[in-house]
Amino acid sequence: MKKDFSQTIGFFFLFCCILVTILLLLTIIYFVFVRGAKVISWEFLTQAPRAGMTAGGVAPAIVGTMYLTLGAIMFALPLGIAAAIYLCEYSPQGFAVNIIRMSINNLAGVPSVVFGLFGLTVFVKFFGFGVSMLSGCLTLGILVLPLIISAAQEALLAVPQSMREASLALGATHWQTIKKIVLPTSLPGILTGVILSIGRVAGETAPILFTAAAFYLRGYPKSIFSEVMALPYHIYALMTEGAHPQQQTAIAYGCALILLFLVLLVSTVAIFIRQKQRSYYG
Amino acid sequence: MDEAIKMKAENVNFFYGKTQALKDVSLDIHAHSVTAIIGPSGCGKSTFIRLLNRMNDLIPHAQLIGRVYLDCQDVFSHAADPVELRRRVGMVFQKPNPFPKSIFENIAYGLHVNNIKDKDFVETRVIESLKKAALWEEVRHRLHESALKLSGGQQQRLCIARCLAVSPEVILFDEPCASLDPISTAKIEELILELKKEYTIVIVTHNMQQAARVADYTAFFLLGELIEFNKTQELFTAPKDKRTEAYITGRFG
Repeated sequence: MKKDFSQTIGFFFLFCCILVTILLLLTIIYFVFVRGAKVISWEFLTQAPRAGMTAGGVAPAIVGTMYLTLGAIMFALPLGIAAAIYLCEYSPQGFAVNIIRMSINNLAGVPSVVFGLFGLTVFVKFFGFGVSMLSGCLTLGILVLPLIISAAQEALLAVPQSMREASLALGATHWQTIKKIVLPTSLPGILTGVILSIGRVAGETAPILFTAAAFYLRGYPKSIFSEVMALPYHIYALMTEGAHPQQQTAIAYGCALILLFLVLLVSTVAIFIRQKQRSYYG
Repeated sequence: MDEAIKMKAENVNFFYGKTQALKDVSLDIHAHSVTAIIGPSGCGKSTFIRLLNRMNDLIPHAQLIGRVYLDCQDVFSHAADPVELRRRVGMVFQKPNPFPKSIFENIAYGLHVNNIKDKDFVETRVIESLKKAALWEEVRHRLHESALKLSGGQQQRLCIARCLAVSPEVILFDEPCASLDPISTAKIEELILELKKEYTIVIVTHNMQQAARVADYTAFFLLGELIEFNKTQELFTAPKDKRTEAYITGRFG
């Protein structure tokens, strides 16, 4: 009787925790939705801002965020997977590799504004890319690199050793084994890393603050050396600058809603791909 | 012992770090016969069989002293290619380990990695291998389904078919029935007896009855040493070493 009771209490407590979490999440979504939905219109999605950011749309920021995210992932994904493959499959396991692993994990905890400063010093100044989409993509890419490496490493380590042995025992080379067995099997795990990274990259403000973002642009970026507008930075700008806080706040919520929607959309697509992979492998 | 000798281990010592797993083992493996390796857990029988296709290469801090020959060629010499060796000396593992791919792709994989791309040839070889592994009738209508949907026994026969597809000369079985039920085990044993006509077979087993049923030769390992090696019937009926006798009569292990 007593045992049953404490179990009930335990489950109830856990249930309350999950309830609070879900409620918080729903509240956030609700507020963003209610306040943002008012300003969403076809014009808002397709036009550039006008009249000191109090009218028009945020299309350049939407496109800019997509470009930055895509560019950052394109830069970080191959590099991250390659690094993970090297660390898991090739490098002799030992002290040195442990140090590298630890450094990567620590890198994931570095505040994003530090990456912003790094990007400013290295990409903008040293390489002379200027404040540009390229500098922004590279900075954001480096920011999510540890995330992608960790996810890819975990995915690779989760591939059973027996798979590798089976492949090698058939006369496959180490590289064939990685390419044809290990990587395809670990793809769902790597995709999880990509999903997380996309959310992170799309929402970051600090790393692009000094490296890529423009306060106000009339059109879309023309080349990788152009400045870009981005949704998170645009929200920041709307809330901190300008002469019409009332209208600007409404627009900021609109931007937040679009940002949420974009991240959700990408995640859904990635989850869908992952499920398809899993059902085939499972 | 008049058959040709296919593989030969000569004064093999093997170390995992400082632990010695094999002590001065010399053993001849006869062509077109089944050689069983028996012994209690930790006696080095798996270590030994994994030397024959250099699977132990993957283990860090492992060291080998001694020689292993395949058709009189030293498989650990600098000129020897472990990848080519593993094509010639196939292996079936303790737990069935099909790739998370379709049945067809599982078997075609070994051909693909060995640069055999001709579609008709691959298809013929896949069917042939499945037939040899006595699995064809059960899977002929679902070659493109995931191999993971098969039962444990079927998966193990799939692994055998996968191994046969690359035309090995020697097949190593590392406790192939350890995770299978008695009926699946019987099927695998029957298969082994069939396969020895074409291939040379080495099987590690925990199960002495299994060794007695399938093997022409049996080697008894204890604590990394080869205690006794003889024709199966002689080893089981008239063991020369007291320790062998104690083991096969079930006094330990």
